[in-house]
Amino acid sequence: MMTSYEDEPMETSPRELTQNPLRKIWMPYKNGLPEKHIAQRKVCMTNCPTLIVMVGLPARGKTYISKKLTRYLNWIGVPTKEFNVGQYRRECVKIYKNFEFFRPDNEEGLKIRRQCALTALNDVREYLGVEGGQVAVFDATNTTRDRRHTIMKFAEQNDYKVFFVESVCEDPNVIAENIVQVKLGSPDYIDCSTEEAIEDFMKRIKCYENSYQPLNEVLDRALSYIKIMDVGQRYMVNRVQDHIQSRIVYYLMNIHITPRSIYLCRHGESDLNIKGRIGGDSGLSTRGKEFAQCLGSFIQEQNIKDLKVWTSQMKRTIQTAESLSVPYEQWKALNEIDAGVCEEMMYEEIQDHYPLEFALRDQDKYRYRYPKGESYEDLVQRLEPVIMELERQENVLVICHQAVMRCLLAYFLDKSADELPYLKCPLHTVLKLTPVAYGCKVESIFLNVEAVNTHRDRPENVNISRLAEEALLTVPAHQ
Amino acid sequence: MSLKHTELTQNPLQKIWVPWMSSKLNRRRGSSVPQFTNSPTMIVMVGLPARGKTYISKKLTRYLNWIGVPTKVFNVGQYRRDAVRTYKNFEFFRPDNEEAMKIRRACALSALKDVGTYFMLEHGQVAVFDATNTTRERREVILSYAKDNGYKVKWFSYSRHTVVFFIESICDDPEIIAENIKQVKLSSPDYTDCDKEEAVADFLKRIECYKVTYVPLDDDKDSHLSYIKIFNVGSRYLVNRVQDHIQSRIVYYLMNIHVTPRTIYLCRHGESELNLLGRIGGDSGLSRNGSKFAAALGRYIKSQNIPDLKVWTSHMKRTIQTAEALGVPYEQWKALNEIDAGVCEELTYEEIQANYPEEFALRDQDKYRYRYPKGESYEDLVQRLEPVIMELERQENVLVTCHQAVMRCLLAYFLDKSAEELPYLKCPLHTVLKLTPVAYGCKVESVFLNVEAVNTHRGRPAGDEPMCSLVSPYRHTRAKPMASPTPTRAPRLQDLGVTSLSLQVLQCPERSGQSIPQSFEINASFQQ
Repeated sequence: MMTSYEDEPMETSPRELTQNPLRKIWMPYKNGLPEKHIAQRKVCMTNCPTLIVMVGLPARGKTYISKKLTRYLNWIGVPTKEFNVGQYRRECVKIYKNFEFFRPDNEEGLKIRRQCALTALNDVREYLGVEGGQVAVFDATNTTRDRRHTIMKFAEQNDYKVFFVESVCEDPNVIAENIVQVKLGSPDYIDCSTEEAIEDFMKRIKCYENSYQPLNEVLDRALSYIKIMDVGQRYMVNRVQDHIQSRIVYYLMNIHITPRSIYLCRHGESDLNIKGRIGGDSGLSTRGKEFAQCLGSFIQEQNIKDLKVWTSQMKRTIQTAESLSVPYEQWKALNEIDAGVCEEMMYEEIQDHYPLEFALRDQDKYRYRYPKGESYEDLVQRLEPVIMELERQENVLVICHQAVMRCLLAYFLDKSADELPYLKCPLHTVLKLTPVAYGCKVESIFLNVEAVNTHRDRPENVNISRLAEEALLTVPAHQ
Repeated sequence: MSLKHTELTQNPLQKIWVPWMSSKLNRRRGSSVPQFTNSPTMIVMVGLPARGKTYISKKLTRYLNWIGVPTKVFNVGQYRRDAVRTYKNFEFFRPDNEEAMKIRRACALSALKDVGTYFMLEHGQVAVFDATNTTRERREVILSYAKDNGYKVKWFSYSRHTVVFFIESICDDPEIIAENIKQVKLSSPDYTDCDKEEAVADFLKRIECYKVTYVPLDDDKDSHLSYIKIFNVGSRYLVNRVQDHIQSRIVYYLMNIHVTPRTIYLCRHGESELNLLGRIGGDSGLSRNGSKFAAALGRYIKSQNIPDLKVWTSHMKRTIQTAEALGVPYEQWKALNEIDAGVCEELTYEEIQANYPEEFALRDQDKYRYRYPKGESYEDLVQRLEPVIMELERQENVLVTCHQAVMRCLLAYFLDKSAEELPYLKCPLHTVLKLTPVAYGCKVESVFLNVEAVNTHRGRPAGDEPMCSLVSPYRHTRAKPMASPTPTRAPRLQDLGVTSLSLQVLQCPERSGQSIPQSFEINASFQQ
């Protein structure tokens, strides 16, 4: 029997849609105002915040993982914050004497440490509640079942999902390197010699060893966790509950700590650059070609082992790579931001034809989406696989574009969405990034070939009612 | 300083820039994402019978082919069925059956040889060796084979060793095993003439034969190997020594799939204003009939009574308007946006023919790889949709309201369609495709919601065989099967579990100058 659907009267007429002028997102509206609407997709967000709980002896990379994971989650748009209990302890106990503070029979010490953990958990509650955070990383040893139980009860009371990240490592070389990299520089050891510090820290680790109860396959089979063994040689993953945990696991399984360098640069100066036009797919100018040659020499001099070279699929980056005389790979994901209807325009022309768009862009450059184009926010999502592969790789040179390079740089240097679109990435300048301690060292190398400036700062007046001159105040010079 | 010659030319089909002079520098031609491996990979399944090895093999192969990694399954059981025409009973698998052991070993070696051929001569990238491989001895044989066979490839004069990755499935839950036997063993060629109880009893004895000699991967003795152990259908995983990009992707995929029964609904937005005008792309709203469809979709969905249904749309007005009519929360994915037709956006096919005749011809030559000027190709679309597929695998009941090209890509993933077929899959307006995983494949039901719409399907140009891509003959781009190649000697259609009627509907190639699509009430599962 055929059933017809078109004759039934509509119960409620569907809501009208309006397109948000900044982000170009269609949303329902009523009485001229946008309705409360499920946010457009960034990451599959659950309504439950997630509490990530680090587990492991000292010097097992917990803080390294906490910070790196926090940086990654924030970059992909998941508000995340780490809570390092050691920091709370340092604020509470102003001066660190020695390892005796951590002795399991030091009642005074135990009381203070427990208090610090509880204070940190309170702050977690603030962050995940009032402050709108989505993920909190609880960075402490959490080596006893008892302590973990306390945390789980806390999570249960507040309706948080819990995911444990345990780092297990018995390789003395790794531990020693860890201590050298991050412990010697700790506020705890400011006035100590290297030997004193190491000795004290080893005794500190010993204090935890006796009471350490690692996550157990059988006893903890109901918990969600990843156990990282020997710096990533092996992983045990149990009961991944949702999308964000799945992403976290994937990320943790791709990062490594092998020393390496990442080189970021833009294509050489292009013909459109010279004319002050954005986007397009033009070739290199004479100076751009010269830069490509210099880049080739620079790379040779650096003597980089097994360097991988990546470009976008736009002519100017490929031309640049061709001069290096090494194999390279093209990624469409590295293409410059799509400026939609503004492609190949000068800023003056954009002001002329689309003054409203121009103003909106200055108001919120990160979220602003060009009509029929992209936003920085879109760029970040498109670049996520590039970042993931960069994490897997070792020495890489990425030849890309201004907006793209800003996004990548923001990931490595932990820049916020507000700072990202204004990061300085001038032409003919290579940024050499080397991971060190908990962050990234940056060296900027200008290859001494002149080029136009393509950086436009945020003007003072971002009002849609502003005059053309006010809008164009910060446009860099061009032909 | 003399400037090196950096002249580039843009390949007209894919719009990829390549150097004028033939250059080996740019290894990866065509496609949006570099391929990160030159070594072929052999995936070796490990586990007792009825632990889901073949299920995983086929699903993984389908996924890898879809994302552009040529992959093929080698099921040793199939080789055995061809060697030993009639299966008597479990006694064949007794560990003391010397005659049978000889045959089984020969089958494994034959399959390994075919793996070699696949890598060397058929441009294969990944081979999935689907067998129990439950003894250390058998796994040693495979490892030596992989090590000793460095293949020399025609265009490059370097030999590549084969990388091995083990996937072990461990399960001791009797309910899961029983369900497994019911779903895929009872219908096996081995048991065509048996009644259910006989088959189950025999199969359980078969499992016992293997248990005696089963040595699982050992975390200490095998710590130098690369593997993933899957416990109890995914509640726990042990991952050891992931070596490269492809293994990392495989692990991520395996950790996201599940076997919980669920249904995926695919449909397009309701008919749009631009659809009515015969124009492609754009961001128009629904036509009158489109709105009618949206309302009908709402009623259909309600009647299906789907628990916890997630609804996804693109960022384009027409899919969102369609979802709005459902009266349930929905999520917008930019990745679900229709293919970007670049300079051809909002043109009619006649206008494209008039203004860009070469482009139009190129598109018909290789619709999968063809990239619109300043736009995208189907190949680009697949890369963009990969996170959507990954999340679909994680989810349970989902309705995806999207667009023609997008829906074709998603459908090709679920129904294991090749790159050649994908751009011509029929995804008419106002028709919901209901996909239900069953056995090793996917059941499809097509439900036309009986609201008129224009036909937007443009078939292959009459009489032409799609030409080979004009792209350079680099190994990666030449043969991109994009669908699991026919497993050795096993008929593919049965495995897919596609109902014959919907198969007809989806595969019938159309002539240009097509008629309004037939309404598919016969297939409609909706009953009032």
